[in-house]
Amino acid sequence: MESQNIKKKSVRKAGLLSLIPGLGQMYNGQQLKGFAFLAVTIAFLIELVTIGIPAFQDFVTLGTVPIRDHSLFLLVKGTLQIIITFVFLMVLILNVSDARQVAKQYNTLGYVNRSARSMLKNIWENGFPYLLTIPAYFVMLFVIVFPVLVTLLMAFTNYDFYHIPPAKLIDWVGLQNFVNMFFLSAYRSTFVSVLGWTIIWTLLATTGQITLGILTAVITNQKFIIGKKFFRIIFLLPWAIPAFVTIMSFSNMFNDSIGAINQQVLGLLNYIPFVQVSDIPWKTDPFWTKTALIMIQTWLGFPYIFVMVTGVLQSIPDDLYEAANIDGANAIQKFTKITLPMILFATAPVFITQYTFNFNNFSIIYLFNSGGPGDVGGGAGSTDILISWIYKLTTGTSPQYALASAVTIVISIIVIGVSLLTFKKTHAFSNEEMM
Amino acid sequence: MRGILSSTKFNRFFSRFLTYLFLIVLSIIIIYPLLITVQSAFNASDLTAFTLDLHMHWTLANFQQLFTQTLYLTWFKNTMIIAVSTMIIQVIIVTLAGYTYSRYRFKGRKNGLIFFLVIQMVPTMAALTAYFVLGLIINGLDQYWFLTMVYVGGGIPMNTWLMKGYFDTIPRDLDESARIDGAGHLRILWQINLPLAMPMIAVQALWAFMGPFGDYLLSAFLLRSPENMTVAVGLQQFIADPTNQRVAMFAAGSFLISIPIVILFFLLQRNFQSGLTAGGTKG
Repeated sequence: MESQNIKKKSVRKAGLLSLIPGLGQMYNGQQLKGFAFLAVTIAFLIELVTIGIPAFQDFVTLGTVPIRDHSLFLLVKGTLQIIITFVFLMVLILNVSDARQVAKQYNTLGYVNRSARSMLKNIWENGFPYLLTIPAYFVMLFVIVFPVLVTLLMAFTNYDFYHIPPAKLIDWVGLQNFVNMFFLSAYRSTFVSVLGWTIIWTLLATTGQITLGILTAVITNQKFIIGKKFFRIIFLLPWAIPAFVTIMSFSNMFNDSIGAINQQVLGLLNYIPFVQVSDIPWKTDPFWTKTALIMIQTWLGFPYIFVMVTGVLQSIPDDLYEAANIDGANAIQKFTKITLPMILFATAPVFITQYTFNFNNFSIIYLFNSGGPGDVGGGAGSTDILISWIYKLTTGTSPQYALASAVTIVISIIVIGVSLLTFKKTHAFSNEEMM
Repeated sequence: MRGILSSTKFNRFFSRFLTYLFLIVLSIIIIYPLLITVQSAFNASDLTAFTLDLHMHWTLANFQQLFTQTLYLTWFKNTMIIAVSTMIIQVIIVTLAGYTYSRYRFKGRKNGLIFFLVIQMVPTMAALTAYFVLGLIINGLDQYWFLTMVYVGGGIPMNTWLMKGYFDTIPRDLDESARIDGAGHLRILWQINLPLAMPMIAVQALWAFMGPFGDYLLSAFLLRSPENMTVAVGLQQFIADPTNQRVAMFAAGSFLISIPIVILFFLLQRNFQSGLTAGGTKG
């Protein structure tokens, strides 16, 4: 055999050598790649010494002299440096595993790619999936990972309207914001009341839109209906029209004194015998504002569920119902034993995303009544959910950036925890496509 | 399928009556608020609130006022620029990533998918302060490109999942035979899979396009000067001030912005069902 004549490369040695990036590749005979790795490393080291280390130092102190040191920028630069360092560590790991792999390849195949051309070809052939996903990761790194990281760090500082850089310095305060949120009576009562309404809102509004969506889909899917297309178009309108338009219109219609709901709709109801309704304080009574919000979200959100469930219904084979008919099942049995399980099985993951969507549904809360009426302390109104409270904490006249960040973290933990648990429970990802 | 209400045990007439009653009542509940908004856009009287008025005087004066006395056209153009660039960038990125996660088996794939799933649940818009600081540092405040990138980034994780789910439903046999015939990565993607994924790509494009039209929070926060605003923020100003409510102008502006979106929506809605059920149910 040809390959037996070739001196074997030690995989272990290649791996160990590449702890100094590039050496392992050179040992394998891939000079060009080795130099590339070495160059990246040197560039990183130079960056680290000139920019990185001062950035890390400033990150720890967050500045010492007001005006000269802008604590916020120092925080951000430190965060960027953390990301750069992390990316370099990934390169380092890639470098070691590459050296080991090439050594293995040399031992079995007896050759390695030396020329630049063959190497590029190799990247194209085997690195294609990485090339295609790089843009996604690149954008997410800056637009999601970085801001989330900054927010996370900000939650451990005292950044608020008393400490606005560069006039004042920001300091690390550890878990103080979380302690305030959970134990300081003023913030705790706000947090508890806002969280309580957020949960009620999420459950009622989402369940409302899912129930109406399923009901509408099942009813509209009956064969005998004339004008199905016509009804379908109407039912899709709330989804088709930009939500902010309808929310702002509803906000006007629910006006206590001059709004169409009190003036026209309730007035019409009074024509029904024995029904006597007076004007409802939609915008000034928290209970009625909440009721209105839930009704509007049901109106806005059911078409999405309707479309999806209709798709599932059309895919359920007729035989199932025929078999059920032979067995003498009644309509309700057919619905609970065949239709509903099929719907839930196919769409459970999407239902979960609807719950998380409403948990953070800022637009409707803010645009309908700005989180009002009234005040539950901490700058939050009686219909504010966590996300709109954060918005007010960040944009109000006396901003509480650090507290807002702490609330954001609490929200994220709740949402991620609950979603992952339910995703697991519904076995949404147990199919083989995931693996 | 046979409807639940049309079972033999129910009186047939009664069940049909209930069905139509439900459909008609729901239709009225949907049409009524939309109708009075549209009608207010053409109402000549000086409105403070929307009401259905059968004897009103029709006019186009509100639209004329909208074009001549406000920055509406500028806002419309701004929103258009942002929406179109968001759509193009996001669809390219999401299609490539979704395709990769569906078709290739590579190291780090599973972790990548879990990363997309988890990051999708983080409410990125709550990181407002961070966006503000980031914008300040890279000079992105009041700039379209910065807002566009924020929209694109926020849309990637969830839509990549949906896209992957859709590609999963396209049979792989074609790829295999093409590969045997000597087709490379790009040819298989470009000539075989992209045409088959067109329905989902259209849906993705529509959603990415509609996002900036519907968003209020980020554009209100990141675009500060009136001539850079988007339609959502601009229109909100018409009704934000309780003492100076320009309701008819708001209605006219809303009507104009909704028309193209509703048309696009119904042109593409045929694709929704396949896109949603394929992408949604598989994860």
